Amino acid sequence: MSNGSREGALEGVRKTGVTALFFGRLLAACVPALARPRLIVAQIFNAGARSLIIIMLSGLFTGMVLGLQGYDLLHRFGATSALGTAAALSLLKELGPVLTALLFAGRAGTALTSEIGLMRATDQLTAMEVMAVDPLSYVAAPRFLGGLIAMPLLTGVFIVIGLFGAQLVGVQMMGVDHGIFWSQMQSAIALKDVTEGIVKSLVFGAVLSLIAVNEGYHAEPTAAGVGRATTRTVVASSVMTLLLDYVLTAAFL
Amino acid sequence: MADSQSTSQSAAESDTVIDVRDVHYSIDGRPIFAGLDILVRRGLITAVMGPSGTGKTTLLRLITGQIDADRGRVSVFGREVADMGRAEIYATRRRMGMLFQNGALLTDLDVFENVAFPVREHANLPEPLVQKLVLTKLEAVGLRGAAQLMPAELSGGMARRVALARAIVMDPEVLIYDEPFVGLDPISLGVIMRLIKEMNDVLGITSVVVSHDVHEIATIADYSYLLSEGRVVDSGSPAELAASDSATVRQFMTGSAEGPVPFHYPAADYATELLGAERG
Amino acid sequence: MRANRSLEIGTGLFVLLGLAALLFLTTQLPSSGLKFGFGKVPAYQVTAQFGNIGQLKVGAPIRMAGVRIGDVTKIGFNTDSDRAEVWLSIYKKFNQIPVDSFASIDTEGLLGGQYVSISPGGLETYLKDGSQIQETQSALVLENLINKFFANYSSKSGSVGQGGSKEPKK
Repeated sequence: MSNGSREGALEGVRKTGVTALFFGRLLAACVPALARPRLIVAQIFNAGARSLIIIMLSGLFTGMVLGLQGYDLLHRFGATSALGTAAALSLLKELGPVLTALLFAGRAGTALTSEIGLMRATDQLTAMEVMAVDPLSYVAAPRFLGGLIAMPLLTGVFIVIGLFGAQLVGVQMMGVDHGIFWSQMQSAIALKDVTEGIVKSLVFGAVLSLIAVNEGYHAEPTAAGVGRATTRTVVASSVMTLLLDYVLTAAFL
Repeated sequence: MADSQSTSQSAAESDTVIDVRDVHYSIDGRPIFAGLDILVRRGLITAVMGPSGTGKTTLLRLITGQIDADRGRVSVFGREVADMGRAEIYATRRRMGMLFQNGALLTDLDVFENVAFPVREHANLPEPLVQKLVLTKLEAVGLRGAAQLMPAELSGGMARRVALARAIVMDPEVLIYDEPFVGLDPISLGVIMRLIKEMNDVLGITSVVVSHDVHEIATIADYSYLLSEGRVVDSGSPAELAASDSATVRQFMTGSAEGPVPFHYPAADYATELLGAERG
Repeated sequence: MRANRSLEIGTGLFVLLGLAALLFLTTQLPSSGLKFGFGKVPAYQVTAQFGNIGQLKVGAPIRMAGVRIGDVTKIGFNTDSDRAEVWLSIYKKFNQIPVDSFASIDTEGLLGGQYVSISPGGLETYLKDGSQIQETQSALVLENLINKFFANYSSKSGSVGQGGSKEPKK
């Protein structure tokens, strides 16, 4: 029994090493990939612009819920003037980066994985290799860079729309004073809080894009294999997001 | 293209383009090749035949340098593949063209861009020249009018022809065909066969055809290898193979169900299993 | 390369939108002076000086009888009078505020934000652009209030320094 689990542990270590090596090669492939700006632009569109609607909708409703729950809670202490602050801090530091990352994994991450997995299954990646074109720099790296650039932008949009949603509920519906909502928020928020959110979104963007590209690249070349790889992307992305969120939050405090 | 002239002087002296010598290769402990010897001569159409699962695709990956043999040597253009660094492998691949079983066209580019892909990546030609080059190759495979279509809109046969145009766009010295006849209707079959013959006769391209379509091979191949269980069972011209007295070769060439390759998958005794089922 | 132009335009729009969002978050959120009104309501400026503005912030509302009549636009310090100076932007439609009105800094609820409350006076001359409100009351600072309470209480009960015992004798 212990032998089997030891082998399993060794296999786990080996797989981690393989992924780390792949990451290294992928980063190296980003350099020649930068010489193909057209591809990167296409991937920013793929990962970012295509996710915009879902991000905006989610941001709006998240902000509105924040407004409702926040008002309900603060109302009990007569502290509704802190609603703006509460909403902004939650969105900036936690809800913005984390929810955007989870949504990104679901929409853009799965798209990346299945695209690359499909190219693997139909021999397109092999054909590129045989044509002496490195698929890492033509296919993988632009998608990685696209995801990395898109994430902070999506997070920014999510937070702004979330604030608008919170204001919609808090000010327009619940009657918190508009000026107090914003002025309290502004004085309570430091640039450090904003940068914390941006740094988180960048880290999430890098890790989630890496996971999506890695799973697609190493998917089994069958229809079922691509499906499994897509599922793994979502699971791994979600877990890593929450794990890194804790690490980064602790690092910032 | 011009740059292949100088380096191929030494290879031109030698008649052999691809030399596979006593190659052994296993995947996860399962042996694929156990002492494989194949010689591909310049200017000929060489066929590699065998039952499904004999590792024909693995052979192609060994030749293109995607994998290294466990034992033995694979030489291409006189140079051993295992000795080549990454840059040299890429340079060697540029002298070869490969046609995949399902075409393997890039799905987000149209037909024109697919054929133009190698040119755009490796040569810095002015756009009008690229246009002419691509259209010429498409004309050679009869699909110049389909230049604007997307791969999803092509039939299997058409996709394969576009892939062929892409494979020859850089004027390779060697063309490798991976199962080019699979799944085609009789007309497309005839077209592909004609194109393979033309590439070889007219352009002098050395061709390697991996297939198990005995009749098609017999029509176009100059020299054939028959693989079974990881090694070459027999080789020769189609006529020689047809006249072979090896049981394995005969079973393959005539397509009979009985022979060295058994019809029945290994199982327990029939009577016992049947009776046992009734009692149980 | 099909649909190239529309793809590039779409991407460009997305990137601009994202950058605008990030820009908004980094510049407008932490700093003061956010102009977040949709459409400017016409208003006139009035100043008032206070001994202590407490937690009053720019953007805080100005209320009269509970009705919102404007916002605080600027808070500064007047070196001549050594007092805090607050600029009040009052909506033009509330142009009948007597010059002897009383401006104080009140708190919303117990823990809430602070705002300027104006109690109207009785004179017939009204505030206009550039006027100054003379009668002001500073913000109540909670700590001072508590100290006063204990100081008061301990002097009443006669136990100096005992601090906070309800019963003088048990």
